[in-house]
Formats: sequence, C-alpha cells, structure tokens
Amino acid sequence: MPFMPEPDPDPWQLRRLNGPQDFGSVKELATNPIGDRIIGAFFSQGQETVDFHSFVRILAHFRPLDKNRAKRPDSPEPINSRISKLRFAFQLYDQDNDGKISRDELLQVLRTMLEMQVTEEQLESIADRTIQEADLDGDNAISFDEFRKSLEKVNIEHKMSSRFLH
Amino acid sequence: MGSKMESSLLWLLLFLCIFSTPTDGKPMTILGQPPPANISGTNLTELSIVSLHWDHVTQPYIVALWIFVTGLAKLVFELNHKLTATIPESALLIFIGFVLGGMIWGADKAQTFTLTPVTFFYYLLPQIILDAGYFMPNKLFFGNMGAILTYAILGTVWNAVTVGLSLWGVYLGGIMGDLKINLLEFMLFGSLLSAVDPVAVLAVFEEVHVNEVLFILVFGESLLNDGVTVVLYNVCDAFVTLGADRINAVEIIKGIVSFLVVAFGGALVGVVFAVLLSLLTRCTKNIQIIEPGFIFIVSYLSYLTAEMLSLSSILAITFCGVCCQKYVNANMAESSVTTVRYAMKVFANGSETIIFVFLGISAIDPEIWVWNTAFILLTLVFVLVYRIIGVFALTWILNRFRLIPLEIIDQVVLSYGGLRGAVAYALAFMLDGNKVREKNLMISTTLIVVYFTVVLQGVTMKPLVTWLKVKRTSKTEVSLIEKLQNRAFDHILIAIEDISGQIGHNYMREKWNKFEEKWLRPILMKSSARKKQDQLFNVFHQLNLKDAMSYVTEGERCGSLAFVRSENNVNLDFKKKLASDISDIMPDINSDSSDTGPYTIPMTCIMQDNVPTVCLDVEEDMRGKSMRDTENINTHHVLQMHLYKARKQHRHRYSRKEMGLNKDENEVQEIFQRTMRNRLESFKSTKMGVTQSKKIKPAKKDQIPNGKHKTHSFEDADFSDDNVFSSDFAGGVASGGGGPTRLSIRSGGGIENPAFMPDVDHASPLHTPPWSAVVDDGVAPSQRAQVQLPWSPSNASRLTPLRISTRSNDSFILADRPTAQGEQPPPSQPKSTPK
Repeated sequence: MPFMPEPDPDPWQLRRLNGPQDFGSVKELATNPIGDRIIGAFFSQGQETVDFHSFVRILAHFRPLDKNRAKRPDSPEPINSRISKLRFAFQLYDQDNDGKISRDELLQVLRTMLEMQVTEEQLESIADRTIQEADLDGDNAISFDEFRKSLEKVNIEHKMSSRFLH
Repeated sequence: MGSKMESSLLWLLLFLCIFSTPTDGKPMTILGQPPPANISGTNLTELSIVSLHWDHVTQPYIVALWIFVTGLAKLVFELNHKLTATIPESALLIFIGFVLGGMIWGADKAQTFTLTPVTFFYYLLPQIILDAGYFMPNKLFFGNMGAILTYAILGTVWNAVTVGLSLWGVYLGGIMGDLKINLLEFMLFGSLLSAVDPVAVLAVFEEVHVNEVLFILVFGESLLNDGVTVVLYNVCDAFVTLGADRINAVEIIKGIVSFLVVAFGGALVGVVFAVLLSLLTRCTKNIQIIEPGFIFIVSYLSYLTAEMLSLSSILAITFCGVCCQKYVNANMAESSVTTVRYAMKVFANGSETIIFVFLGISAIDPEIWVWNTAFILLTLVFVLVYRIIGVFALTWILNRFRLIPLEIIDQVVLSYGGLRGAVAYALAFMLDGNKVREKNLMISTTLIVVYFTVVLQGVTMKPLVTWLKVKRTSKTEVSLIEKLQNRAFDHILIAIEDISGQIGHNYMREKWNKFEEKWLRPILMKSSARKKQDQLFNVFHQLNLKDAMSYVTEGERCGSLAFVRSENNVNLDFKKKLASDISDIMPDINSDSSDTGPYTIPMTCIMQDNVPTVCLDVEEDMRGKSMRDTENINTHHVLQMHLYKARKQHRHRYSRKEMGLNKDENEVQEIFQRTMRNRLESFKSTKMGVTQSKKIKPAKKDQIPNGKHKTHSFEDADFSDDNVFSSDFAGGVASGGGGPTRLSIRSGGGIENPAFMPDVDHASPLHTPPWSAVVDDGVAPSQRAQVQLPWSPSNASRLTPLRISTRSNDSFILADRPTAQGEQPPPSQPKSTPK
C-alpha cells in the first residue's frame, strides 16, 4: 500500500510519501482518467512530499457526513461537510487555484475524461455548453459558487463518501 | 360529453355481461361446472340450422368473459383521470369488484365466482412475480440485499409471532368471546397475515414514485418474504394437524431447517432454470420466433417445479427472472426482447386487475362472514403496530451497518408500506375447515385487513409521502455539468478507495463481476452478444431508437422532415412524451439524480406543436435557430457516449440497470496509455538525469534500465493476460545504456486497441496530442522525444478505427515505422539537456 515503497530508516518518523511516484505503486490509479489529478490533490502547493497527517486529512474529506453532530456556530467547517467535499472536487478542476474553472481548465479535464474518439470541436462545444449552463455572472468561467449551485441536486453525500474500515 | 357517453356505454356492457351469463345457482369457481345444456340430446326431432351450444363453450367462455369484464372495468375508471390520481387503481378495482359481486349475488343469491387458491396460485400469481423479477434492478437489489433479507426474514417472523401471540393473549383475556381457537391456530393465523404482499406493494408504490432505495426495500422484502411465509404457514399447519402434544424440540428444529431448505432450494431452482433459459436463448439464432415463448414457459416451469418440491415457488420464479434477464436480453433478437417486455407487462397487468376485482367480489358472500368485533379490530391494530415496531427496530440495527442510514421518514414509509394482499387471502382460504374451526372468521378478518391496507393505506400513501417530503425520484434532466461531475465523482471515489486500500462491498462485487465475466458469460451468452456488452448496445441505444422514431413521426406530421420555426417556438418536451411511453416498458428509467448514465433522455427539440399553417422549407433560417438545440442534443449525446466509464461500481449508485463493470479493455488501455504518457512527461521534466529506479517499484520485472521508461508498470497492470500490449522501446530510443526493457511482444494477440491503430489520432488535425501540447509549466520534451519527437501522424483519415492489422499496434512502434503513405516522422531534434 502507499506507505511501503521506501524502507524507512527511522520507523518512528512520520512516514512520508515522497512524491507522486509513490502513488505509482497503486496500479489501479493508472487506469483512472483523473488519477493524476487526484494524486496531485494530496500534495499541497509546490510540495514534493506528503506526510501521514496530510494524507489522512485528504482522505477525511470522504468520510460520510455525520448528521448528528451538533453545529457549533463558530467551529470551523468539518472537513467532510458538503462544502468541503465540493471544494475538493472543485480544486481538482482548478489547477491554478484562482478560484475559477476557466474554459481551458475545463477542456483539460474533459480531454482526460472523454474517450479518444471525441474530436476537438466536440470537446470545445461540450466545454462551452457546460460553462454556459453553470455560469451565472457571465465571466465565462465557473466560480466555486456557481459550481456549488449547479450541483445542488446532486447527492454529494452519497457520491463523495466512502466507508473506511474502523 | 364524449367520455360520458363512453362510460355509460361501458356500464351497459358490463351489466349485459353479468346478467347474460347463465348460472345454475351452485357455487362455481372460475373453473366451474357447466350448467345444464340447453339442448337435450335425446329428443331431436328435426334438423336445426343454427343451435346454441352453451355447454360446449362454458368454461373457456366464462374465463374469457371475466378477463374481458375486468379489462372493461379498468377502462371505465381510467376515463376519469382525477379519480385515478387520488385513489390507486387497486382500490378502484376492489370497488368495482364489490359492485360486480353485488350484481352477481343479486342475480344468483349466491356467490358463484370467487378467487380460489388454485386459480390464484397457479394462473394469476406467477406472471406478476415473473414480471417483478425480470425487470428487477439487479444492482440495487443485490446492493441492498442485506437490508432486504433482514426485513424479509426477521421482520416477517417478528410479525407472525407477535400478532399470533398477542391475539392469543387477548383471547385468554376473554374479550373475544367464545372462540374455538387454540394457540397454534393463532400462530397459523399470524403467519398467514404476516407477509407483505408483492402485488399490493407494486400496485400502490408504482403510482407514488418514492426514491429507489425505499422502493427496492419494500418491494424486495415483499418478494423474499414468501420463503418465510410458506415455511411458517406449512409448519404451523402441520403442527395444527399433528396436535399440540406432538410438538417437541425436534419438530421445531425441523421447522427451522425447513425454512433454510425451502428458501435456498427455491432460489436454487430458480437459478437452475435461469441457466437453462440462457442456454436456450443462446441457441435460438435461427428460429427467433420461439424465444419469447421459451421465456414464459421455462419460468413457469420453474414455478411449478418448486411448488412440486414444496419449495418456495415465488422465490424460484423471482430468481429465475433476476438471473436470466441479463443473458436473455443480450442473446435474443431485439424484436424478441421487445416482445417479451410488452407481453410480460400485459400479462402481469391483466393478472393484477383480475386479482383485485376478484378480491372485491369474494367479499360479497354472506356465507363466509363471521363478525367478531374484538378479533377483527385487534388484528388490525396489532398488524399495524407490530409492523411499525418491527421496522423501526430492524432499521435501528441496520443503520449501524449502512453507509447511508435510513431516516425516520423512510422508516415511516417502510412501515406504512407493509401492505397485505391477495396472498394472505388465498392462504386463509386454503385453511382446512375441519381442523381450523374458525376458518370463516379468519377469512373475514383477512379480507378486512387486506381491504384496509390496500384501500386506506393505498389512498393515503401519496398524500403521506408528499406531506413527509419523502425523497422522490426526480425526472429532471441532468445537466451537462452534473453528468460530468457525477462521472468525475465516481472516478474520484474509486481512486480514493484504491489508495486507501478499501475492501468493501466493491471488492466482493468486483470479484463476482470478474468471475461472471470469465466463466459465466462465455457459457451463457452468445459470443456476438458478449462483444456488444459494454458498448452502445444497451438501453441508451434503445432510447436513441425511440428518439429517432419520434423525431420522424413529428417530422412527418409537419409534412417533411424540415422543421418549421414558429414565432412562439413551441418547445415540444420530448422527455415527457418519451418518458410516458418508456416508463411503461422500462419503469426503471426514472431514477434519481445519481449518474444515470445512458437512460436520461436529454432531448428537447424545437418542433411544431400545433398544426402549421404553412410548412415552408425555411431551412437555412431554421438551421440557425435549431442549430443551438441540435447542438445541445449532440453535446449531451457526445458526453453520454464518450465519458470514460468508471471502473468499479459503488453501492451508492442507486441507478437501475446500471451498466456492468467497465471491462472495456480498449478504454482501460487508452486511459492507461494517456496517463503513462503524461507521467513520463512530467517526470522527465522534473527529474532529468536522475535514475528513478528506486522510486518505482517493479513488481514483476527485475530490471529497469533507467527509470525513465515506465514500461514495467505495464506488466504490473492488473489486466488479464490478453491485455498486455507490446511496447518495444528498442527502436530509436536513446536509452542511457542497458538493454531495452524486455517485455513480451504479442503480435496479434490481445485486444486490438483502436487507439493504437496506424492512424492513431483519428481526431482531427486540430486535436493536438497531449505530449506535444504546450503545458504551462513548460515540460521539456523527454529525452527520448529529444531524439525523435513522438510522431503524431497527420493523416487522420479515419474517424472510426478499422481493425485490420494483426500486428502489434503500439503507437510508439508504429511511430517509428514509416507508414505506407510514405510520411516520414519529423526530423529528430538535436539533443539538448534542459536545465
């Protein structure tokens, strides 16, 4: 599993994932069209390694929603809330972190997720349509709010939760 | 005005039918005896030109007439839509049954037609259950199997025991008066009342459209609890016959064992017949007209066989339908598939109608009515209360194991949906009147309970669901971004599960799917059908066909297929029209907003709704406007067709008829190649010159000359052997030394990957291959690329790849080879090391 690759000289040190290559040992990720982006999401900006703590934080996004938690008004948004999950998804698209999904970014994602048989024109028209559907303020890019709004009906709790072994 | 005339005509017809059917006053079942002949055979004095031979045709005539009458009944109240919106059909049919029963009783002073167990169990029930099994959304069904089984087994047993015991307790208390029932008979009564009835559930829930999970729980429970009911009923019946003194621990253990045998045996019988059916359809290529017949006959045989072996026949036919649907639909010709679907719906619908009408008629029979207020009232109360308690308790336990817990509202609907129906009545009817002295009381009570649940609960179900704001299935069109995002979510989740090493439901499902693909499919499915499995030959294809047909019909109405644009641009909502057509045939189309993949109908078309005054061929003008919408349609279709399918299934994909696991090796290879290419690029750019061998784990191959070539991972890839495609980097690679990676070259073996056909980029020349796309972070071309740029052939002459080459198809190899057309790869760049 991910933490095996490097024989760790110091077993008490926080295990690390040294670089995206370590994720390469998870073979199935290679057959995932957005696998690389997901791997990238584990590494914060510019960093080359991920320590265990951050790893777990990212995974925590996928915990099922806990509806019974009392909402304290000033506590920070729990990491597995709907908003956080959406934000995670948003960041997969928004690689340059400017808070918007531009047409190009969308095109890139579409390219990876669509089969090779799709022509460039079709890709572009899909991207245009998608932006058109979601874009409310007309800036030809999808901001996080627009993203969130367009996915109102989607059951995020279902779709972005995984049950981890207790 | 017109409908009023119609309805009065129909009532007239009904009256005529009832009164003209001659009877002789003897109680007659639907398979009854003929009345005395009109023409006696002894005193024939002259030749009669025309004579009436009622005695020849009595039986079939009466059967046919009854079917006719029930169909008419349905027609009558369908005329009034407001009526059918508030009251479920089943309730209305029962009322009509009352009316008809009253008429018959008035005519004959005795109830000549009743619903007999034989007719019910052998002729009316099987097709309903088969219909349920055949159209069962398998993924949903098996995904929620744990919950369904819990409710079916534990819930039913709980219901039976508590109702029986409570009634007995109350009886001992004395308010029921003087009844001659002992504990065992109470238990028997409890067991026959315990089962939630599939017919009633279907009838009521069909119109309410709750969300799929809820529906599948109630419905699955109603199907599977037959195993429990049969066992309980038979065991209690046997005990009653044996007498209370002969029961000891051995008998009780035998009872429990018999449950296991009955349930699993029934299911096994069903599976065996499903296999038989699949094999049969595999061989019927030349005589396709037989195919639909086989389906019905073999399924019916499975029902009868299970009945003969005293196993659960309902379970048998359910599993027969559930297991065979995939293979049968793949093997049969498309017209046969349609035929089977339609026919099944016709039969099931007809049976259901007849059952409910006769349930109504059977009530109008003074002979069976024994009224004991306390008994009846208390039974009703107990049935309802214990259902609620049972559901809530079981759900509380279940919620600890479910990923998405069932909410209180869902549980309320679940408990409210515990409808009893004709099965309970038939079982009551089958009681042995000599052993069970209060048989009539039980029948009356059962009828009351059935009427209460079906009529009252049925009528109030819809308002309750609306009031409680239960999640309904949404029929809204999924927007592009939702579609895209849903698919992205699936990929994300799969990746996360892979990373975190989850073994969950997916693991089991994956194992099963692999097994099924490897072993079962080759046996049970025609080879031609197997190839079409993951491609467009599925529901989406059928929907496309339907779209096209409606498109043509609309166009023809306009005079030609040129559509005229009017000022108001009436938007014919295709979706609604098609949805109503399709929902009868494939009721599982309406799923919720989960990634519905191929079966949302994204068509909206600008068409004329009213008759055009002028139908001009305003093509250019019209094109400009409808272009947008055809574009819209096309976009949806393209997205639909070409999004990479997610690799695994997740249990929370509650969409029905989900396509199977993505085993399209082509697609997997494509994604894999792309990913590897991308990685190659990014890694080379950042770590030029550094051997990365220690970072990259070759699991099988023992050598990596330099880390730049990730070919080893091709070996590690978890593909079947056929998929190992060749990559020979030997040609033209300026590797830093060391032999080229030794990989097996399979020429001609394996799947011919269309992506790597000679003209690999069948996208238009505008489509820049990923490796030469200018990436923002300035990935320098790989070392290999520096020697020789990966060559993207510019002759994108083919959009659809033809599989002609049997030689190894890897693009890198092919790139190195000069093509037949004589195109040369671009001249190699001078070597330079980026810094």
